[in-house]
Parts: sequence; C-alpha cells; structure tokens
Amino acid sequence: MNRQNVGVIVVFLILGVLVAARAFVGDGMGRVYTRLDPVEMVRIDRPVLDATLVETETETQTQTTESVWVRSDSDQARDFATASSQTVAWNRSEPVTPAEAFAAFESGETAGIRLDWPRTIGLWVAAFFTLAIFSFLYKDNPFYKVAESVVVGVSAAYWMVVGFWDMIVPNLLGNLAPGFVQATFLPGLDAASPQWAYLIPATFGVLLLTRLLPKGQWLSLWTLAFIVGTTAALRMVAYIEGDFLSQINATVQPVYQVVTDADGGVDGYATFWASLRQLTLLIGVLACLTYFFFSVEHKGAVGGVARLGIWFLMITFGAAFGFTVMGRIALLAARFEFLFDDWLWLIDPTNQRVVASAVGLLG
Amino acid sequence: MKRTVPLIITATVGVVLIVSNFIPAFRAWGEEATTFFSIIAAIAFVLGGGSLLKVHLRKISDRNAGWGYSIVVLGTFFATLAVGLLKIGVTPNPAFPDMPWAGDVQARGTAFWWAYEYTFKPLTSTMFAMLAFYIASAAFRAFRAKNLEAMLLLGTAFIILLGRTFAGYWLTSWIPIDGPFSGLRIEELSVYIMQVFNTAGNRAIIIGIALGIASTSLKILMGLDRSYLGGGN
Amino acid sequence: MSFLQRIENADRRWVFLLMGLAVAVPIIYIGLTGKTLPEKATPLAESAFEVLDDLPSGSRILLAWDFDPASEGELGPMATSFIRQCSQKGHRMYFIALWPVGAQMIRSTTTKVIGGYYPDLEYGRDWVDLGFKAGNEAVIKTIATDFRQMFPADARGTSVSAIPMMEGIASLADFDAIVNVSAGYPGSKEWVLYAATPLKKPLVVGCTGVQAPLMYPYVPNQVRGLLGAIKGAAEYESVVNGWVREDSIRKTLVAGGMAESEAASTATTLARDPDDAGAWSETAAAASLTPESKAAVIALAAAPTPGIFLEAQRRMGPQLVAHLLMIGLIVMGNLVFFASRRRGGGR
Repeated sequence: MNRQNVGVIVVFLILGVLVAARAFVGDGMGRVYTRLDPVEMVRIDRPVLDATLVETETETQTQTTESVWVRSDSDQARDFATASSQTVAWNRSEPVTPAEAFAAFESGETAGIRLDWPRTIGLWVAAFFTLAIFSFLYKDNPFYKVAESVVVGVSAAYWMVVGFWDMIVPNLLGNLAPGFVQATFLPGLDAASPQWAYLIPATFGVLLLTRLLPKGQWLSLWTLAFIVGTTAALRMVAYIEGDFLSQINATVQPVYQVVTDADGGVDGYATFWASLRQLTLLIGVLACLTYFFFSVEHKGAVGGVARLGIWFLMITFGAAFGFTVMGRIALLAARFEFLFDDWLWLIDPTNQRVVASAVGLLG
Repeated sequence: MKRTVPLIITATVGVVLIVSNFIPAFRAWGEEATTFFSIIAAIAFVLGGGSLLKVHLRKISDRNAGWGYSIVVLGTFFATLAVGLLKIGVTPNPAFPDMPWAGDVQARGTAFWWAYEYTFKPLTSTMFAMLAFYIASAAFRAFRAKNLEAMLLLGTAFIILLGRTFAGYWLTSWIPIDGPFSGLRIEELSVYIMQVFNTAGNRAIIIGIALGIASTSLKILMGLDRSYLGGGN
Repeated sequence: MSFLQRIENADRRWVFLLMGLAVAVPIIYIGLTGKTLPEKATPLAESAFEVLDDLPSGSRILLAWDFDPASEGELGPMATSFIRQCSQKGHRMYFIALWPVGAQMIRSTTTKVIGGYYPDLEYGRDWVDLGFKAGNEAVIKTIATDFRQMFPADARGTSVSAIPMMEGIASLADFDAIVNVSAGYPGSKEWVLYAATPLKKPLVVGCTGVQAPLMYPYVPNQVRGLLGAIKGAAEYESVVNGWVREDSIRKTLVAGGMAESEAASTATTLARDPDDAGAWSETAAAASLTPESKAAVIALAAAPTPGIFLEAQRRMGPQLVAHLLMIGLIVMGNLVFFASRRRGGGR
C-alpha cells in the first residue's frame, strides 16, 4: 500500500467519523418520515343525477343507477353502501417533514407517522451514489464504476418502462386492442373499435427490433427509412418557416428605430441607441453570413467583412461559454444542497426540520 | 428489395407529410404519420434496452475486462424493468380499485419510483454536476488570450460571468442608473451583448443551419442522399 | 521551483477542491443565515411574467416540462415559479412532457407547489397532468392539429373526454399560451419551430445556460419571454414572489370590503415596504377594514417567502463565488502561461 492510498483511507475514515458524529448530534440526519394513510374504497350503486328525470312523476320507476367507487368514509358511501358492497383497502404513504414527525412523536399522537425505512435507506443509497460519482474527481475507483454501471442499467430500463406504459399501451395497444386495454390497464379509456391502421407502426416497430437478431438486420432499414423520411419532411418545412424566413424577417427591420417618451415625443437619446443596436445587429448578421459563405475567396473587402464576422462569432462563443459555466455551477450547487440539506441536515432552507409558524401564509 | 423499398418508404412518408402541411384534406394523413413515428420512437426504447443486453451479455460471456460491472448493469436493468413492468408496490387507481393493473407505476411510493428517486436521479444529476469541476480545470489550462479573437472571447465571457451575478452590479453600481453612461454598467453590458452581438452571431448560424437542413432533407426525400442506408452508393 | 512554475504544475485536483469550496461554502452560509442576494429583473424575465399576467384568469396554459433531474438544478426553480404564477393567477394548467423523465418533473413540481400551497385547486378542473409522450417534435406536430390523437388519456389513466378542463381542447390552437422548460432536444427550439411559429402562439421559454444563447435570436417575435439558466430563474422568481405577495394582500383587502382600484394601489405599496403595513393600518385609508382584515394584511406583508420559492435566489450565492473563481482561474492560467513563455518555455 503506497502513501497515497493510505492518505485516501485516512481522509475517508475522518469523513466517516464526522458523518457518524453528525448522526448523533442534535436531531441526527438522513431520515425520511411518512404518514400511513389507510384508504378504503367501496363500490356503490348510486342513482344517476339526471335533471330531466327528477321532474317527471314516474321518477322512481325510470331512475337508473351507476356503479362507482367512493371512499368508504364519504357521505355517499354511508347513503348507498350495503353490507354486500365490494370493498378494497390499502395503505398510502404520504411524506411528512421531520418537523411534523418530531412534533407528533413529542405529543404522543403519531397518527400513523413513522420512520419510513425504505425511503430512509433510499436516501442513504442516493447519498452514497452521489459521493461515489464525486470520488472520480480524485481518481477512478470501483465505487465510481459501480455507480456508473447502475446508472446505465437503471436508465435503459426506466426509458423502456415509461415508453411502454405511457406510449405503447395507450397509443398503440389502445388502438389495436381497445377492449383488452380497457379491461386491464386503462379502465378509464373510452370504448372504441380497433384501428387497424396501427398495424403499420406495430410492424415497423417489430422490423426495427430485427437489429437485435444475428440475421435479417436489413429489415430494420425499412423502419429507419420511415424515421428518416418523417424527420426530413418535418424539419424541411419547419426550418424554412421557423428559422430561415422568420430570422431574416426579424433582421430586416428599419435601422432608424423611433423610441417615444411618455409625452409621445421622440426620445432622441433612446432612439439613437435603439437605432445603433439595430444597425449593429444587421451588420453582425451580414458579416457572419459572409464568413460562412465559402464560394467567394475571403480576400480584400470580403475578407475584411468576414474578419468582422469572426469577431462577432467570437463574442457569441464567449457568451455561450459564460452561460455554460453558469449552468454547470447551478447543477453542482443542487447536488451539494442535497447532501447538506436532505442527507446531513446541516442547513434547512425550506424549513423541513424547524416549525416555522409564518411559513405557509403566502400562496 | 433491400434498397428500393426503403427509398419508396422515405419518399412516400415525406411527400405525405409535406403535402399535409399545405392541403387540409391530407392533414389527417400527416397526423397519422407523426403518430406512427412517435409510437416507433417508444419501441426504439426497447431496442436500446436490447442492445444494452446484447453488449453486456457478450462482455460477461467473453470474460472481458470489467465483466463484473456488466453484471451490475444487467442486474439493475432487470430489477428496474421487473418492478416497472410488473407494477410492484403500486397502489390501486382510486377510480378503479378492483383492477390491479390500473395503478400508476410512476406514483410516489412505488418500487419503480424508488429506483428513480434514489438511484436514477442522484446518479444522473451528479454526473452532470461533475462538469463544473472539469470546466474549472479547463479554464485554468486551456483558455489563453493569445490573439485578438481569443481576447474577444474571454472578454465577453468575463462580462457575462460578472454581469449575470451580483458582482457585476456591485462593481459598476457607481455609474448612475439614469445617467447617459448607464449602458456601461456590467449588468447592462451583458444584456446588450446577449441581445445584439450574440443574437447576430447565432442568427447567422441559425440561418446557415436552416439552409443546410432544408437542402439535406430535400436530398434525402428525393433519394439523392442515401447515406442513412449505409454501405455507400 | 518558482511560485508560478509550482502553480503551472499543480495537480488539477487542487482546482477541483477550489471549485468545490467555492460552491459549498456559500451554500452553507446562505443555508445558515437565510440571506440571499438582491435580484433585479431584466426585460426578458419581466416579459415572461407579463405574458402570463396579461392573460385573463382562467386562460388555458400548456406547460411542457422537457427536462430531467440532471438539469433540475437550473430548471426546477423556473418550473415551480411558473406553476406558482399560474396558480395564483387562476390559469388552467395542462402539463405534458417530451422527455421520459419529464413526467417525474411534472409530478414533483406540482406536488410541491399545488399540493403544498394551492390545495384548493382541483385536479381535472384547474390542472391536469397529461404525462410523457415519445416522439420528440412529432408529438408537437401532431398536437398542433389534433390533441387527442396523441393524448387519449391523462397520466392517471383517465380518458381526456372525462376530464372537465379538456372540453374545448382540440389542438394546440386552443391554448392561450405555451410555457416550455427545456434542457435540450426536444425542447424550446422544437416548440418554436413546430408550435409558436406556425400557430403564432405566445411562447415563454425557460432553458439551461447551454441553450439560452441559441434562443435569443427568437426573441421577441417567436419567443415572448426567455429565462436563461439560474440567473433567469432567480430574476423571474423574485418578480413572481413580489407579485404573489401583492396579489395576496390585494385579495385580502378586497375581501375586507375595499374598492378594487384602491386595494390594488395599496397592495403595491405595502408589498414594496412591508414595514409600513403596521403604520398604514392606523391611517384613515384602512378605517373601513375590520381588525381581522388589518391583521391579515400586516401578516401577509411581513410573511417570509416559503423556502421553495427562493431556490434560484439562494443558488445565486454559490454562483457568484464560483464565477469569480472561474475568472480568477482564467487570469491565473494566462499569467502562468505568458510568464513561462517569456522564460522561453512556451508551449
């Protein structure tokens, strides 16, 4: 074991001791509380509220009923539920802030509030993964590699699952086999007859998957052709209208920009600056386009204008760099906030752990 | 067959979509085409998962370097897939509590949500947060004001970096905000740079790219550009 | 070895450490003291606010959340503030996502804002979560002319025909404005090209720092309001926070019996100078109000803004220090470079 590794181990040990100490100071750290909320639903047959029926004298004979699920503690359940009504019960966990949990434990009236072990473990797993990724800054290590592998596995499966439930079920199966989808996954869907045209995307989808087979991969080109054709057609029209024409339209504006003051007169100073802005913008766009135009050699006057274009582009790239830096730092700040606030409980900007009476007034 | 059919498909769907933009009678065809495209996009997620599976299974069977990590990839992949597709830990849909498959798999409290909240979310966000460190290191090692162009780039970056924080405001707060030189305050300069110089540069880039995309698209639809079919010619 | 040479050859992990401290220390400081830096809104943030403010209450706003946890640090605060403004204003909100994880972003932001601060808003009447759809710009293109073809049901599995607020929504043309919070492709550019431009719809964009410079050319014709990165979020957040306070005071005054126009001007004054609320309640202007209304107004004027609506403003602290560090690093890097070149060791 060389000196460097010993140093790393010492640093980790110190950090570990600090975290362990933190866990026993004050309110501790890294716990998630939830309230177990029992839900019971009951199926009732309630009369259909139909204004036209109420007015007729034969109301009771023609009144129809509908079968709906309501909460068993609701007024409707009391009115219409019978002993033989079907019921379903389950528990829902609603998160509560540690402050609420502390107050409940202190008063002894927990009302279902408890330490949520799965979510608490989750929080520690999240903190571990966050630190595991950060550990790469020091050097590559097995913790980082494990974290990296987890993200690859989870994200691929995540997209598949979401794609299946949010798109393939309602938009593909819901059109090909509406009866089945309504009877199983999406009971709220309107009744409809099958739309056989949706066999086309289903077929293209299956052909796309031939890419995974050892043979017959060329069939996936048909799907690729559909994708490329759609993209090309969509973009051709949209880019000409939204980018090419609209951007030229926005550039070709009068250079003399009149700015009026509060009295309706021309504000000479503001007009000068607005006009200068417009002129600079126009010159800038033309100079940059000249630089992009390679059919003419960049010499003489054209070369001069093209050089001006480069300067404009450099300013553009400088601005892009500045904005990129800004974005990256905000992301880092968010991760540190997670560690300091949610996990270590060092800071409490959203009053999760102190009872602040004034919070909640606004909004 | 291998090359003709794709060309016909591309041209057909392209023509349908373009025509549907201009002739209302064909609008429904265009809507169908874009809906089909969206469904295929969802199926492509399956392709992504399948490819991942293939690559890592091969890595494991060949005992390539780091094959142990491939087991982690596949383990988390199958675990997430299982809890998501089988809707494990999903509470019933309150409108249809008797139908076990009608619950919301992404709702807070499900096993799939747990995988998102405590693995996917911290991992992806920390990976992007790491870029802050690398951009700092690059700033120290790579950005050299060697010529006028580089100076322009760095000067702009400084104004933006200062102007988009309180530092810019503080440094030039001595310039009266109503006076004739208020435009020289750093926060005003950064707005001016964005709205004039950056707009001019990016507008030229946008116009250039739009022309490029329009012409490439046209070549693809007419079958002149077949590079997406692979294999040359 | 000279000082400059030492710096030149320093391990890059020292730079990492500096960056870590530049971000971590301000977070802890702001977290412990609760102080944030003042924000002054630029015209772009103000116009983003005005697009939604000028629309009458009850307008239909499509909110497209095209981002993921990786960009939540920048975009999350914008998303919460957009929801806060729409909720306070009484707009009807329709959420959709073109990113697979966007569906979770919808859930987390609506739970935080609507669940936490606007519990009276009813799902299906005031807001609806339509969830994620795959297909990128093809989704926008489809819903531009036929909304239900792409969205037959909401994220909770209810048919859109059974959702009251979906009545009258046949296509994107039926919305009064589009708000897009975007982290890349598909995102704000696609909303400009496939929705805002052809349909001439007011579009408000909140985007990452990487995208923001690319979106400026679309302002103001194709994009009406633009929030770029965390700074844009902080500016918009401060505008919305100020307005919510003012609007809450105004509503309390009107409920207490004050005329609408007088209530509006009083609310503006009190929201600006909350300390004056106590003195104001003793003046003749407040004579018509009940003691309860007066107490409510004084409490509202002084009430601290909930922490979740100060997220972006809090992040401007680490932002400031880290930006200064970046400038320092670039300057130092150049000093070292030119000094070593003068010594003849230029690379």
